[in-house]
Amino acid sequence: MIRLSLRKRLHSAAGEMELAADMEMAEGECVALHGPSGAGKTTLLRMLAGLAAPDSGRIEVAGVAWYDSGAGINLPPQKRRVGLVFQDYALFPNMTVRGNLEYALQDPRAKSRVDEILEMTHLTEMAGRRPDTLSGGQKQRVALARALVSEPRILLLDEPLSALDQGLRGILQEEIAELQKRFRIATILVSHDLGEIFRLSRRVLCLEDGKIRKQGAPSEVFGGSRMSNKIRFTGVVLEIKAVDVVRILTILVGNEVVRITSLPRDAEGIRVGDKVMIASKAFNPMVFKVEPEAGPGPRKPA
Amino acid sequence: MQPFDLEPIWLTLKLAAVTTAALAAISVPFAWWLSRAPSRIRLPMHALVSMPLVLPPSVLGFYLLLAFSPAHGPGRFLLERFNISLAFTFPGLVIGSVLFSLPFMMNPLVAGFDSLPRSLSEASYVLGKSPWRTLFKVSLPNLKPALLSGVVLSFAHTMGEFGVVLMVGGKIPGVTRVASIAVFDEVESLRFASAHFYALVLFALSFAILIVLFAANKKLSKPF
Repeated sequence: MIRLSLRKRLHSAAGEMELAADMEMAEGECVALHGPSGAGKTTLLRMLAGLAAPDSGRIEVAGVAWYDSGAGINLPPQKRRVGLVFQDYALFPNMTVRGNLEYALQDPRAKSRVDEILEMTHLTEMAGRRPDTLSGGQKQRVALARALVSEPRILLLDEPLSALDQGLRGILQEEIAELQKRFRIATILVSHDLGEIFRLSRRVLCLEDGKIRKQGAPSEVFGGSRMSNKIRFTGVVLEIKAVDVVRILTILVGNEVVRITSLPRDAEGIRVGDKVMIASKAFNPMVFKVEPEAGPGPRKPA
Repeated sequence: MQPFDLEPIWLTLKLAAVTTAALAAISVPFAWWLSRAPSRIRLPMHALVSMPLVLPPSVLGFYLLLAFSPAHGPGRFLLERFNISLAFTFPGLVIGSVLFSLPFMMNPLVAGFDSLPRSLSEASYVLGKSPWRTLFKVSLPNLKPALLSGVVLSFAHTMGEFGVVLMVGGKIPGVTRVASIAVFDEVESLRFASAHFYALVLFALSFAILIVLFAANKKLSKPF
């Protein structure tokens, strides 16, 4: 069980705010941390890792106090056994992939653990390469593998996939889910990506202005308008054309341009540049699997 | 043509080597600490370390001489406690050279430590490694160009020192009469041939050292 209750004053771009987080996690659970930038997500992870000092509070992991302002306990990062995957990966440029992993070993004789994890993360073939010769997805894998080698009690992933393209993200999300299940390590995942949160976590905490505003299963937290049995998208009107008795609206939804036929009555009052919602509930939508596009994945290693 | 006395050249090289080694040993931990010190400490320390760049060498030499003198605190303490006198000795020269070449070692190193992403050392701490292990296994190996600049520039600058050496060491042959002093000494005695000799050796050595530095930096600055 992991319990934390932390307070810290933050000086952010938006002024002073108090970060106040209380949460509990079970062993093996994966909790997502969601919220706007500057809400204190990264600071929370850094306090857990021992890289930032809270003002007050307590962190307890499996019955051991890592931090307790009342008792004057504050374990240094070295004593906490946290697997932290940095946003910039923080791979050691002077070491090979294998060197990075071996550096993380708690027992330097346990070299077989390195081989095992290299294999699991599909890195065996690039074990001898230096980080600067790797692609973004490969670097991400090395960072995760290095964190796993250190036998962490808790895994902290700070927007681990934010620098990667969509296709690669999907592949790595699956890999992370698999590894997380296999090692059964309590994991906190900071993410802006709803897909990622749904895939990897059963519980999500929404951090806003330093406070946990909402928590629960992803489908509950992101429920309401976003979750329903009908399909809705919002988009921006690019063009309105009158054709015979109908109006054809060209709308930008995300990065896709779609054409919608509508009745003049419905299109009345809509101008180019307006934000509109496209909704449909009359039909049963069809779902197709889309193969991830680019990037070396586990099935087609580079 | 009479053979020139090579002793000042050897003495110069010895002084430069000892000074550089001492500077590296002092500056690596000092620069590491300074690069993460709060700016209220960092700023004055940076200015202090850089003073030899702007201060006349004679000023530093003058104060060192006073400090080494048995008539004053530190010098008297050393003499009475350890029976050591530093004025006009080789160890005294080394201390003066270390102080005078400090910015040439410190500045590249501090800039190097600053340029390393903080997350590198943090990643090492989180993986359970001590600050010292992190320094030697992670930070320093990624600072080879900075370290090389520091070592080479300190060496070259110590070879070219004149004012501090003259003030603190005088020109005792075989003890403190280094090549740069020898040039001055020979000119003063109107022995231009040997003055030329020492001057040309210093010129050639300094040139060669800088060439090596620039060539190596070009190679090292390519990422691993």
